[in-house]
Amino acid sequence: MKCTRCREPAEVKVRAHNSAFCRECYVLFFERRVLRAIEHEKMFRKEERILVAISGGKDSLALWDVLSCQGYTTVGFHLALGIGGYSSRSLDVTRRFAESRGLELRVHALADEGLAVPDMMKATRRPACAACGTAKRHYFDAAALEFSCDVIATGHNLDDEAARLLGNVLHWQTDHLARQRPVMQPRHEKFVRKVKPLFLTSEYETASYAFLRGLQYVVEECPNAAGATQLTYKAMLDQLESTSPGTKLSFVREFVARGAAAFERPEGEGPGGTCSGCGMPSFGTLCSFCSLRAEVDRKLRSGAATRGDGASR
Amino acid sequence: MKVRLTPQGRELDVDGVKIVGDLLRRFSVVPGTVLVIRGDRLLTEDTALREDDDIELRSVVSGG
Ligand code: SF4
Ligand SMILES: [Zn+2]
Ligand SMILES: [Zn+2]
Repeated sequence: MKCTRCREPAEVKVRAHNSAFCRECYVLFFERRVLRAIEHEKMFRKEERILVAISGGKDSLALWDVLSCQGYTTVGFHLALGIGGYSSRSLDVTRRFAESRGLELRVHALADEGLAVPDMMKATRRPACAACGTAKRHYFDAAALEFSCDVIATGHNLDDEAARLLGNVLHWQTDHLARQRPVMQPRHEKFVRKVKPLFLTSEYETASYAFLRGLQYVVEECPNAAGATQLTYKAMLDQLESTSPGTKLSFVREFVARGAAAFERPEGEGPGGTCSGCGMPSFGTLCSFCSLRAEVDRKLRSGAATRGDGASR
Repeated sequence: MKVRLTPQGRELDVDGVKIVGDLLRRFSVVPGTVLVIRGDRLLTEDTALREDDDIELRSVVSGG
């Protein structure tokens, strides 16, 4: 197979675009697609400070690589989830990437507050991903505020968005459909906009980019992801994609361009109060993260009390 | 040839495959869900394989 651009031997075939590329041309192709998405959706401008949420996987590191190489001002933010070896390896590759490029990296470890994901899961009996998602939302918002960033960028890719869209459509989650956009505007002055610059690049494309750029990333999955419904949707979409290439891309792109408007509704009021736990905007006296934290604390205290009883007997 | 599946970490000996496309079919892998890696290069489906090749099939799917 030859490169569509320069006729050298190709390393990547992008079926959705009916093209194949050699290493250099592919890197160019990928960068251009990401930059076009940023411009087309008006995600951010060159003078803004971007908080890039870095998990240590291929997508977030590929995103950080593109943005920093293109001269954007970035602050990497890694939330260490405390999920055993998976989390320590993720922190490791993230640190090494930042150091090798001289990029600013901020790390917050949930375990430092006794809130490692497995501990939250045990204490609250909530699914790991629910607790984890609440913590991520909270710390991304808080980090953007603390490090004076104008926007939060995450590594969600085309397959993530297509799987989520499929799930939302299958259950006609109209409120979720109203909020599935590549750019989410903030609903409070302490919040910033959230963007997904990779929403039109597939996992295969980001993985190929990461490999061809020599990025070391964590290939393994979070152990809690196994069996997630989202993986079933991804497998279905991959089947469709293999018989008609471009399906995922048009599903997501055309939803954003033509479908999403149908679900739009006047934005409800943003949070009117302030969380008494962390000072972030909140609907009630405690934000959802601080209520989660309170729940964990209560369980741990009552657990300690029970153990105390046992010892005194 | 040796074929390594990552991140599962399985390693298998495979013979009788001439090109990458055959290898993917052998493992019932849907194209576009793995990177096919030989050394420091990615291989497209039409690439010829040799008996003494060392191939990594690296999943690109992330969940959660
Ligand atoms: S899969 Fe792992 S990282 Fe993702 S939300 Fe669930 S617990 Fe968090
Ligand atoms: Zn080329
Ligand atoms: Zn709070």
